[in-house]
Amino acid sequence: MKQSGRFGVHGGQYVPETLMNAMIELEKAYNHYKNDLEFNRELEELLNEYAGRPSRLYYAEKMTKDLGGAKIYLKREDLNHTGAHKINNVLGQALLARKMGKTRLIAETGAGQHGVATATAAALMGMKCVVFMGEEDTKRQALNVYRMRLLGAEVIPVMSGTATLKDAVSEAMREWTTRISDTHYCLGSVTGPHPFPTIVRDFQAVISKEIKEQILVKEGRLPDAVIACVGGGSNAIGSFYNFIEDKGVNLIGCEAAGRGIDTFETAATINTGSIGIFHGMKSYFCQDQYGQIAPVYSISAGLDYPGIGPEHAYLHDIGRAEYVSVTDDEAVEAFEYLAKTEGIIPAIESAHAVAYATKLAPTMAKEQIIVITISGRGDKDCAAIASYRGEGVHE
Amino acid sequence: MSRIKEAFKNGKALIPFITCGDPDLETTKEVIKEAVANGANLIELGIPFSDPMAEGPVIQGANIRALRGGITTDIILDFVRDLRKEIKVPMVFMTYSNVVFSYGAEAFISTCKEIEIDGIILPDLPFEEKEEFSPICQKYGVNLISLIAPTSENRIAMIAKEAEGFLYIVSSLGVTGTRKEIKTDLKSIVEVVRQNTDIPCAIGFGISTPDQAKKMADISDGVIVGSAIIKILEKYGKCAPKYVGEYVKLIKDGLS
Repeated sequence: MKQSGRFGVHGGQYVPETLMNAMIELEKAYNHYKNDLEFNRELEELLNEYAGRPSRLYYAEKMTKDLGGAKIYLKREDLNHTGAHKINNVLGQALLARKMGKTRLIAETGAGQHGVATATAAALMGMKCVVFMGEEDTKRQALNVYRMRLLGAEVIPVMSGTATLKDAVSEAMREWTTRISDTHYCLGSVTGPHPFPTIVRDFQAVISKEIKEQILVKEGRLPDAVIACVGGGSNAIGSFYNFIEDKGVNLIGCEAAGRGIDTFETAATINTGSIGIFHGMKSYFCQDQYGQIAPVYSISAGLDYPGIGPEHAYLHDIGRAEYVSVTDDEAVEAFEYLAKTEGIIPAIESAHAVAYATKLAPTMAKEQIIVITISGRGDKDCAAIASYRGEGVHE
Repeated sequence: MSRIKEAFKNGKALIPFITCGDPDLETTKEVIKEAVANGANLIELGIPFSDPMAEGPVIQGANIRALRGGITTDIILDFVRDLRKEIKVPMVFMTYSNVVFSYGAEAFISTCKEIEIDGIILPDLPFEEKEEFSPICQKYGVNLISLIAPTSENRIAMIAKEAEGFLYIVSSLGVTGTRKEIKTDLKSIVEVVRQNTDIPCAIGFGISTPDQAKKMADISDGVIVGSAIIKILEKYGKCAPKYVGEYVKLIKDGLS
């Protein structure tokens, strides 16, 4: 029997029969276009001329000196158009969907960054767009809801379950089973059924491709560690992918511990979860002993997801990548630290990676190099962090 | 031979779907007894899942109510073991892959055999992934029920050829829930199924009225009614069994 899209035991296509032909059609189309010169030329032009790639690899000199250890570089995905790495994947998928004759994009979103990116691509390519967003997230990311609507998308608040990212994914999948012929589900992370984890990874791999080229120019050598935050794991796999064969490069994913991995209010999947089958894939999930998916929590809407992409699960299993956890408190401190030290306000998601780097860097030698992926910018988080610190901000 | 065939041997089969523990197991038991007394030929028992991807709002609600009541897979397996003393019609479980996987496929499926559960329906387990559970199902003689959807097209023959128990034909695109109209060309789907297998096929998703049930049964071997029954449970709670019985009778009378 053919078993598609496996990463070790993880991955697969655990979806309703209604979606299977759509999966097969998508896989065929992707396998065709990924090697199509015209498609790649169009995508590269969009990435460069529209999204502003390549993104900078910035030497964080003040942070390096302050921490007194490894040299720190920041991969500035926050400088991309729409303010996060999400646009890399969305431009790829929207272009693919258009080639497939689809006229409507649907998407889930947590923090709103993927929703904004999808709404942006839909506007650019003249497609209809519907974004599913947990009702809880529409409140904590109100600015992004407005941005999506401004871009012409319809935002549907999802009330079911915990009213966060996992419920938005479930609802987007339900919507897709209802309307397939003209609609592409533009999945935002390296999660879900095959071929999504592979497609999204390939479109995000531009991050590590650029890091590699840029660091070789600047330092003449590869970094000792690449650090990225992990929810579903798209910016992390993008940051890791071209270094997987370079065994000297430590790959470190930072999960959201929420209020701590010893509490129930956490979203640290690798650190607290177990293997399961959900949202179309076999991977690690936060769940109870009966396989009921746990209501996870993180201050970061983008990391507030009970699962992790199957390729990360595999990299964890074989010990190629390390997955650490970072609490809300640590992430908020790092959010403020990077703002004050480098004048860069990172997304609260990316602040999880910054937080771990501030612990790791002082333990490393001055000749060593860390690259932190700043997956997005933090403007969207300012009101929520201010309120976390007890300050009122009128949006 | 699969015991599921017995459900289809006396005319068109009526298959009610009931979520275990909605609102509690005492009610579930009474609902099943009423359904069987009024002509149900096979019972589809739902084991609730926190995030039921193939369900519309009505059955999602039943899953939430049951889980809030503290129901677990172990409690349901014990419940069915006890229920089997009274209920002799074939019964199948409907749940999601993670419920079976997390319990341990071998432990779950061997228990199904022991408590005389005849089949398992997993709407998130397509043909390509059935190896996950089918070798164990075969080992214990529990049928892994396959689904065919309006979008299956070139996949129908492949699925039908390897199908066991009965084939679950999904009437429409989308998730479970009652529908005013069913527009899919189900007759053509059933024709392809018939060319590839002699196991019975039942149509489900969106069937609520006697008229719909009759139309669907006319072109297949039976009908599955889910959301319409769950709506009665949602409305009447613990008092639902009598009303479910009346509803089942209404549908069943319409089939013959």
